Amino acid sequence: MNFLIYLINGIGLGSVYAIIALGYTMVYGIAKMLNFAHGDVIMIGCYTVFLTMTRYGMNPYISVALSVVVCTLLGITIEKIAYKPLRRATSLAVLITAIGVSYFLQNAALLLFGANTKSFSNVVNVPGITLADGALKISGTTIVTVVVCIVIMLILTWFIKNTKAGQAMLAVSEDKDAAQLMGVNVNGTISLTFAIGSGLAAIAGVLFCSAYPTLTPYTGSMPGIKAFTAAVFGGIGSIPGAFIGGILLGIIEILGRAYISSQLSDAIVFAVLIVVLLVKPTGILGKKIHEKV
Amino acid sequence: MKRFNKVVSAAVASAMVLAMAACGGNATDGSQAASSAANSNAAASSEATGNTGADQTTGTSAGTFVIGGIGPLTGGAAIYGNAAMNGAQIAVDEINAAGGINGAQIKFLKEDDQHDPEKSVNAYNSLKDQGMQILMGTVTSTPCVAVADKAFADGMFVLTPSASSTDVIVNDNVFQVCFTDPNQGAKSAEYISDKKLATKIGIIYDSSDVYSSGIKDTFVKQAPEKGLAIVAEEAFTADSKTDFSTQLQKCQSAGAELVFMPFYYTEASIVLTQANNMGYAPIFFGVDGMDGILSAENFDTKLAEGLYMLTPFAADAKDAATVKFVDAYQKNYGETPIQFAADAYDAIYIIKAAIEQANVTPDQSIKEIGDALTSTITTIKYDGITGSDMTWAASGEVSKAPMAIIIKDGAYASVE
Repeated sequence: MNFLIYLINGIGLGSVYAIIALGYTMVYGIAKMLNFAHGDVIMIGCYTVFLTMTRYGMNPYISVALSVVVCTLLGITIEKIAYKPLRRATSLAVLITAIGVSYFLQNAALLLFGANTKSFSNVVNVPGITLADGALKISGTTIVTVVVCIVIMLILTWFIKNTKAGQAMLAVSEDKDAAQLMGVNVNGTISLTFAIGSGLAAIAGVLFCSAYPTLTPYTGSMPGIKAFTAAVFGGIGSIPGAFIGGILLGIIEILGRAYISSQLSDAIVFAVLIVVLLVKPTGILGKKIHEKV
Repeated sequence: MKRFNKVVSAAVASAMVLAMAACGGNATDGSQAASSAANSNAAASSEATGNTGADQTTGTSAGTFVIGGIGPLTGGAAIYGNAAMNGAQIAVDEINAAGGINGAQIKFLKEDDQHDPEKSVNAYNSLKDQGMQILMGTVTSTPCVAVADKAFADGMFVLTPSASSTDVIVNDNVFQVCFTDPNQGAKSAEYISDKKLATKIGIIYDSSDVYSSGIKDTFVKQAPEKGLAIVAEEAFTADSKTDFSTQLQKCQSAGAELVFMPFYYTEASIVLTQANNMGYAPIFFGVDGMDGILSAENFDTKLAEGLYMLTPFAADAKDAATVKFVDAYQKNYGETPIQFAADAYDAIYIIKAAIEQANVTPDQSIKEIGDALTSTITTIKYDGITGSDMTWAASGEVSKAPMAIIIKDGAYASVE
């Protein structure tokens, strides 16, 4: 029975990682850059929901929608200001810029919202399921997170396969210059990718903070890194891979903590990651990409 | 033209020589540039968080003791640093209004360390540049260990309001206002057993934090002697402090009636929420880091109902000194002071008592003042708002009686 409880908790935690990892993997897959500021966009999304709900008493659904809008605009702005001028620069330069943006957002939040911990109220008003005479409880938040995660994954997969904009994204990810020659608006496509990725970050943030209700300017950084690990685990660039990687990461973390050592749970997660990458260097669902030299 | 070149190169050469000489002069205090940079940062951030009492000018004038305060004014532990600085400021204002220490006024300067050892050392250097003679700080343990070594080298007297690790007081010149971690752990076990709160204890602690694991270690050592059985001992780390479901589940499965939580309130509020979600309602027992949980914005105080914490200060105490302090704090800062504010308030008065006893004057050197206060503090007895009959051992440890408070109807209340 305990094993089942741990498994469900693991899926709950993993689904949060998965939903964050979707944003990471999408931006990486298309723009070929690691957006380390992704976790901090999540944090901004959480603050938007928190402030609109507690300070202005807005309806939760409206404030979530508003937070998606704020994050989308933020994502586009970050891309335009920080990443677009570096389109032709080395990938290391872009990586460092992303870390800079991440610190900028954290410190801006510190300045705007203060350092004190805020307690996030659960936005998800779905009753949980109780099984086996109350011994097994699945919280509404977990159910909603898993469902939302699967829905987003399916929509994204459909979007990329079946729409013109999605095809453009694929083309840009294959070869930026060739896509441009074929008449694809490369800058527009990358902006769209950031917009979608950041919009997803807002939803991820709301679900994350509903499950783990403390909010500080540093809330986004650790889950961001874990989700990045999940994306690598599942095969970075692959949308179903991010989902599988996230869920597996959550389950390994919780089971490791429960059955091996509560101190070593992170070490166990990363040990598994290393083993996976040794056996399959592109991750579970990753495609082998031939780098042109 | 050639002649002109010669003049220029001579000028450049002499400028270089001068510059090198200047470097040599500065090298004796190698981190000056770094610390003044840190200083401007900290000044900017304290402005941003809207702190008061920032009338900071440099230099020591005759007849003024310069006391420095270091603590996290921004970052995750900011609530402690700000509370401590506010509490200290109230004490300084009271003392100055009442004529100072032996006629000398106090100038209180504060710097932010963001609960980071490196930034804390920068803050220390910066304060020293501004003329600090005595350090009231640092507020948190890990940075305090780093600063204590710097201060020892300078012979500066250090009184920390709330850094409770024993690592803080290894040097002779550092003294504490708060209990040490081992003391907190032992007193908690004693309290739980004396009041017969529970016999089966589960522990959740932060294994990456010296404060949390220090308290846990002595608690575990003390528990068997007090008839307490530890049925679960679960850790988390700074990198995995969002999900506590597993730790709680193990405590529940092991039948723990009381969960001991020697860590800070930020994580504790998640633990309480998750325990509530899974329908697990043991007695929760925290130590002084739990103080402040009711100040977290939007926190559902019902979750903390019945939470015990061992802390030497209760804002609802009725003695005249506490009432006076709480009133002044509420008037100036608009909230009820937590233990850290009270610790710092006491710290300033303890420094005053030690200065009066040792009869030091502001024109003495840092080391003279430091040596005099270090030998004097062990001879004084102080009655404060965080304990009566406080005395100090030469080790730096304070001796005073502990006190437990409980959260009742969404407010801190004394147990008795």
